[in-house]
Amino acid sequence: MTYPAPLYGLVAEFDDPSQLVDAARAARDMGYRNVDAYTPYPVKALDEILEGKSWLPLIVLIGGILGFLTAWSMEYYIAVIDYPTNIGGRPLNSWPSFIVIMFELTVLFASVFAFFGMLALCGLPLPHHPMFNLRRFARASSDHFFLCIEARDPHFEVDATTKLLNTFEPLQVWEVDND
Amino acid sequence: MTVAEKQRHSVREPDPDVSLPVIGASQTFETVTEQISSVILSRKTPWPWWATFGFALFLVGGFTVAVTWVFAKGVGIWGIEVPVAWGFAITNFVWWIGIGHAGTLISAFLLLLNQSWRSSINRFAEAMTIFAVMCAGMFPLLHLGRPWVFYWLLPYPNTMTIQPQFRSPLVWDVFAVSTYFTVSLLFWYLGMIPDLGTLRDQAKNRFAYGFYGVLSWGWRGSHRHWHLHETASILLAGLATPLVLSVHTVVSFDFTIAILPGWHSTIFPPYFVAGAIFSGFAMVLALAIPIRAVYGLHNLLTERHLNNCAKLMLATGLIVAYTYVIEPFTAWYSGNQFEMYMVHNRAFGPYAWSFWTVIFCNVAVPQLLWFYKIRISPKPLFAISIAILYGMWLERYMIIITALHRDFVPSAWSNFIATAWDNITLYGSIGVFILLFMLFIRFLPMISMYEVRTLLPFSKPGGGSQK
Repeated sequence: MTYPAPLYGLVAEFDDPSQLVDAARAARDMGYRNVDAYTPYPVKALDEILEGKSWLPLIVLIGGILGFLTAWSMEYYIAVIDYPTNIGGRPLNSWPSFIVIMFELTVLFASVFAFFGMLALCGLPLPHHPMFNLRRFARASSDHFFLCIEARDPHFEVDATTKLLNTFEPLQVWEVDND
Repeated sequence: MTVAEKQRHSVREPDPDVSLPVIGASQTFETVTEQISSVILSRKTPWPWWATFGFALFLVGGFTVAVTWVFAKGVGIWGIEVPVAWGFAITNFVWWIGIGHAGTLISAFLLLLNQSWRSSINRFAEAMTIFAVMCAGMFPLLHLGRPWVFYWLLPYPNTMTIQPQFRSPLVWDVFAVSTYFTVSLLFWYLGMIPDLGTLRDQAKNRFAYGFYGVLSWGWRGSHRHWHLHETASILLAGLATPLVLSVHTVVSFDFTIAILPGWHSTIFPPYFVAGAIFSGFAMVLALAIPIRAVYGLHNLLTERHLNNCAKLMLATGLIVAYTYVIEPFTAWYSGNQFEMYMVHNRAFGPYAWSFWTVIFCNVAVPQLLWFYKIRISPKPLFAISIAILYGMWLERYMIIITALHRDFVPSAWSNFIATAWDNITLYGSIGVFILLFMLFIRFLPMISMYEVRTLLPFSKPGGGSQK
């Protein structure tokens, strides 16, 4: 039986986004991969540094296609097979009239997939996370910037990593525990 | 001198649009958090909030009575009868759903167009959308006659072996409005998650911590979260943009597909969409102007916002005015006696007062917005917005009543007279809207904190320090 390591990672706290970006870039260049930044707003410059590829657009596309097919098959089934009605002599499969609902359900499904897909890929909802053990972390949602190098990274060594983070003059480097 | 006065004195340059700041000076990340979260977490609720809340409760009381009476007695308590079977209920529906268009327009269109000024108004404009669509949705249901079987509108396997008729715009409407509501709600909530995280972290007591902790779903602002959040926002904006156009288009189909003179017109979809945005921006201003005064948000809701909203109102108002000109022209050009009579009857018949009031409120009054000084003065702008809101309600009233009350056969003609219950239900729905909005500004972040932070000059690396 294995227990999680007591240390989750080392966290540097900055009050300037430029320092955070420099530190993140240096950490990546040093070969660290389990690096994450915590910021009060999206910092665009981090996109090239930390991995940012996601499956979300594909999930949304699948949602949209599913919505379209749902609407089309539902309308066809009801209007042609289940409950055929003669409305002014128009064909049962009068598909131009069906377009509106196809469009609406395409948007509906794609949006629902986008919302819940985003939460799922973020791993939310998550009631607790080791980062919340750090009291100062409350400022990550307001005015301070945190860079975490996680202990599970193969390059991670407490002394060397602390030294690296300290070169960027953070306000403080914190050790964050898993529990 | 207050911040607002300073700004007013500093905007005398020849090119006002560039010189007006999106955000007041001397803001830092911390002051943004403090200013917006303190409204919810620590500041004493100001007395105008209580006064408005009490007033809204009073209206909601009336609404509850009116709706109970409709349930008990049926729609006969309203002024509707043949031939005017669509009275206030459909007018209110179209009015409310139109108001609901500005929120998504601001949050989706302007996001895609990279208009950063939207950041401080999009949150409450979206809230406005959701509450307006809720008010809108109630009216077709109440108008059904038997509202408790509203689910018959939806396709589902049932023992009656009947199904909706997909060639009918009324069925399209059910899908369009419910999709619009769902997508707006998701979009609004998605944008709010990071700010709910901020409120959780700023919470002063355990109850607030738990409440916002649950609502924020464990958001921690990691880069991965932000990246996915941005992707999801852009995708939702891309989806909501055609959706917002489709909703009022479908609402206009409810009219245009009927062969009634005054309704049966191809200009209706763009006409309705422009009118919706017109009234929506009027509502945005009617809400923003008191809020910024009561909560002292002049540094976030700046004159630039007033100016831009006023310009959008002017532009969409001119589209609406164009339609008012084209409608009689089309009637005349068609040579159709029924179309021509409808136009004549609208302007000079028993409901001429509504037509001329509409022209005054929606065409004449908005021309004041050509003046820059009026566009940045809260009080005149507020008055103009209220006039437009009233004008747009009356426009839908005019479209519905004047087309229905005199159609092809004079023996079928009749007039519509609204009853007290019609009015109580209308004002009651305004009460429901205000009540929900008051609860929103008391308990949820009314301005998007994280988006406002990105507007600060030092938010980008290399933009200088915040000290």
